[in-house]
Amino acid sequence: MSGKHPHSDHRGHHDLHGGGQHHELGFWRKWVFSTDHKMIGVQYAVTALVFLFFGFSLIMMMRWQLANPNKPIPVIGKVMAGWGDWGETYMPGGAMTPDLYNSFGAMHGTIMVFLGIVPLIVGGFGNFVMPLQIGAPDMAFPKINMMSYWVYFVGGVVMLASFFVPGGAANSGWTSYAPLSVTATQGQTWWLVGMVCLITSSLLGSMNFIVTIVQLRAKGLTMFRLPFFVWAQFVTSFLLLLAFPPLEAAGILQLMDRVAGTSFFMPEGLVISGQQLVQGREITGGGSPLLWQHLFWFLAHPEVYVLILPGMGIVAEIIANNTRKPLWGYRALVYSSIFLGFMSFIVWAHHMFMTGMGTKISAFFATTTMIISIPSVVILTALVISLHNGSIRFTVPMLFALAFLPMFAIGGLTGLPLGLPVPDIHLHDTYYVIGHFHYVVAPGTIFAVFAGIYFWFPKVTGRKMNDLLGQVHFWFSFIFINITFAPMFWQGLGGMLRRGFDPTAYAYNEPLMGLVRMSSWGAWLLGLAQIPFIINFFVSIFAGQKVSDNPWEATTLEWSAPSPPPHGNFLTEPVVYRGPYEYSVPGARRDFLPQFAAAEA
Amino acid sequence: MSTAVLPYTVKPHPMTGLYSGKFGTWLFLASEVMLFGALFSSYVLLRVGAPATGPTAWPSHEETHLSWKIGGFNTLVLIVSSVTMVMAWASLKMGDFAKGRGYLIATFLLATTFLVVKLVFEYVPKFTHQPHPYLPSTNNFFALYYTMTGLHGLHVVGGMIVIGYFIGPGAALWKRDPEYFTNRIECTGLYWHFVDLVWIFLFPVLYLM
Repeated sequence: MSGKHPHSDHRGHHDLHGGGQHHELGFWRKWVFSTDHKMIGVQYAVTALVFLFFGFSLIMMMRWQLANPNKPIPVIGKVMAGWGDWGETYMPGGAMTPDLYNSFGAMHGTIMVFLGIVPLIVGGFGNFVMPLQIGAPDMAFPKINMMSYWVYFVGGVVMLASFFVPGGAANSGWTSYAPLSVTATQGQTWWLVGMVCLITSSLLGSMNFIVTIVQLRAKGLTMFRLPFFVWAQFVTSFLLLLAFPPLEAAGILQLMDRVAGTSFFMPEGLVISGQQLVQGREITGGGSPLLWQHLFWFLAHPEVYVLILPGMGIVAEIIANNTRKPLWGYRALVYSSIFLGFMSFIVWAHHMFMTGMGTKISAFFATTTMIISIPSVVILTALVISLHNGSIRFTVPMLFALAFLPMFAIGGLTGLPLGLPVPDIHLHDTYYVIGHFHYVVAPGTIFAVFAGIYFWFPKVTGRKMNDLLGQVHFWFSFIFINITFAPMFWQGLGGMLRRGFDPTAYAYNEPLMGLVRMSSWGAWLLGLAQIPFIINFFVSIFAGQKVSDNPWEATTLEWSAPSPPPHGNFLTEPVVYRGPYEYSVPGARRDFLPQFAAAEA
Repeated sequence: MSTAVLPYTVKPHPMTGLYSGKFGTWLFLASEVMLFGALFSSYVLLRVGAPATGPTAWPSHEETHLSWKIGGFNTLVLIVSSVTMVMAWASLKMGDFAKGRGYLIATFLLATTFLVVKLVFEYVPKFTHQPHPYLPSTNNFFALYYTMTGLHGLHVVGGMIVIGYFIGPGAALWKRDPEYFTNRIECTGLYWHFVDLVWIFLFPVLYLM
C-alpha cells in the first residue's frame, strides 16, 4: 500500500455497518439508540440544555430565599407545598427549609457542571461538529459513542430520582466534602452512584474523541491544519481521560465509607453536634478528610479547563469567521492549550489553602497557579488581537463570542487573588468565589455555548435561527448576567459566606442585602431573557429561514457537507488543501478560501 | 453516495501504526492507571498518616492475616494466564483458530481459579472468622484490602466476560474476518495483561509489606 491515499486504500476492506445507509433505519435505531455521531450530538445537546434549565430553576428558587429569607416563594412555592409529604417536609407554607436549600445548592452545582455544561460542550458540540471538521464519516467507535450517551442519561436519571428519596438529594455541596458527606442522608449515596455513571460516560467519550481526532482526519488535514475547536476538544479529552478516574476512585472510597462502614475519610474521635460519632455503627476512624479533597480537586481543577477550553474553541471559530481574518497566533493558541492542559494537573490544591496543609505546599500550588494564568492570558490576548483591523460582521453568534472575551477576562483576573494564599484567607468560601467562577462558566462558557448554537444551528437543521430574537436574547442576557454576578464580588469582599441559608442571620451582612437582592433580580430577569431563545430554538427547527450549506461563508470542513449532513456526512471524500482560517487572502476572488476548495486558478 | 465505512478498524493507521481499537485500548488503560494510581496513593497516604500506636495504628504483618502462600499462588495463576493469553493471540495470528480458542479457554479457566481461590480461601474465611470477623470496617488496612482487591476482582470478572464472549458467540467473527477477530483478541490481551499487572502491584503491597 502506498500510504499516500490511506482512506481509499482501506475503505471497503471491512464493511462495519453492513451498508447501513442503504436501508432506512427504524424509529428506535434512528432517533433513540442511534450510532450516528450527529444524532448522538443532538441527543447530548438537548438533554444537557434541559438539565441546564433545570439547574438554573433550582438557583432561581434559592435566590428567592436569599433575597427574602424565610418568606414563601410566590406561585411555585405554593405548588410545591402541595406535593403531599414532600411538600410539608421541605416547603412548609411555600417557604424553603434549610435542608432543601442545601440540597438545591449541591444539586445546582452538580447538575450545571456534570449534567449541563460538560455534556453540552463536549458531548453535544464535540460529537456533532468535531467529526465534520476533520472530515470523518463518524466517530471511531460509534457503538461506544451511543453507550456513552446512555450511561450519561442513566446518571442523570439517578441524580433526578435522588430528590425524592428520604432526606432528599445530596446536600453536602457539589464538592461533597467528607466527613459531612459521609454522615449525610441517603441522597449522597445516589449522588455517588450517579457520579460513577457520569464518569464512565466521560471516559468512553474522551477515548473515542482522541482516537477519532488522531486516526480519522481527512486526507491533507495535518494536525496543524486542524481548526482550533478540534484542538480544544483534543486537549479536553485528555483532561477527561486522566483526571476523572481519581474522582471515580474517590467516589468508590466514599461509597465504601457510607455503605460498608469503612473510615477512609473519617478521622478518629470525630464529634458531631457534641456527640461522639456512632451512626448506627461504630467507626474505627484513622481516615483522612483531606484525602477526599485531594482526590476531588485532582479532578475538579482540570474540570475547570474542560469547561472553558471547548468554549474558547467555539469562540475562536466564530471570531475568525466573523472578522474575515485568520486567527492571530494559531500555533500560540495550540501550544497554550496543550500547556494549559498539562499545568491543570498540578494546581489542584489551590482550592485547599485553608485546610492547614502547610505553607510550603501552599507556596508550590500558588506558584503553579500563577504559571497557569499565563497560557490563559495568551489565548485570550490572541483572540482579542484577532479582532484588530477586521471588518467585523456583528452576527448573533459573534455578539456572544465578543461578549465572551471581557467576561472570561473578568472571571480569570478575579481568580488571581484566590490563587494566592494570603488574599484567599479573606476571600475563601465567600460570594467572591461564586462571582469569580460564575464569570468563567456563565457569561464565559455558557455564552460560548449560545454562540455555538446560533453558529452551527444551520448545519444541524438546514435553517437559521431568527436574528431579531437572537439579538434580544443576547442583549438582555448580557445585561442581566452582569447584574447577577458583578455584585457578588462586593458581597464576598464584605464577608458574606457562600453557603449561607439566611444572610440576615449575621448582622454584618445587613449592608449587603441590597446587593443580594440585586443579584436575585438579575437571576430572575436572566431567566426571562431565555424565553426568546427557547421560542427561537424550537420555532426555527420547523420554520427558520432555509439557508445554503455554507451560510456564514466559512472555511472549515463541516461547511462542505450538506445541511443537515446525511449518514456518512460527506457526498464526496473530503480532501484538505490548506489551513483552517484562510480569510481575506490577498489576490483571492472571494474573501474566504475554504480548506476543502482546490486551488483557484 | 459516500459510504459510512470507517477506516482503520482493522488495518493500522500509517502515522500511529495502530488500528483504532488498539489505540482506544491503550487510552482506556491510561485512565485505568489513573484509577488504580489514585487508590495506591490513598493507600500510601493513609498508611503513612497512621499513628504508631493506638486503635488506628497500622496492623502488623501477623494482624493482617494474609497468607503470602495463597497470594503467591494466585500471582502465579495470573502470570500463567497472561502467557496463555499471548499464546491465544499468537495462534490466531498464525491462522490456527482451534488452538487459539483452546488457549482462550485456558485463560478463562485460570481466571476462574484465581477468583475461586480468592473467594474460598481468603474472603469467606475472613468474613466468617470467629470470634471477630475481619470486615472492611475492621480497620483501614482491611478497608483498603477489600476495596482494592474487590475492584481488581471486578476487573477480572470483566475480562472473563469479554474472553467468554470471544470463546462463544463472538467467535463467529473469525469466519467473517479473521484479522479483525485476531485484533480484538490482541486488545483483550492488552487489558488482561494490565489486570495482571495491577495484581503484581497489589500482591507485595498488601501481602508482603
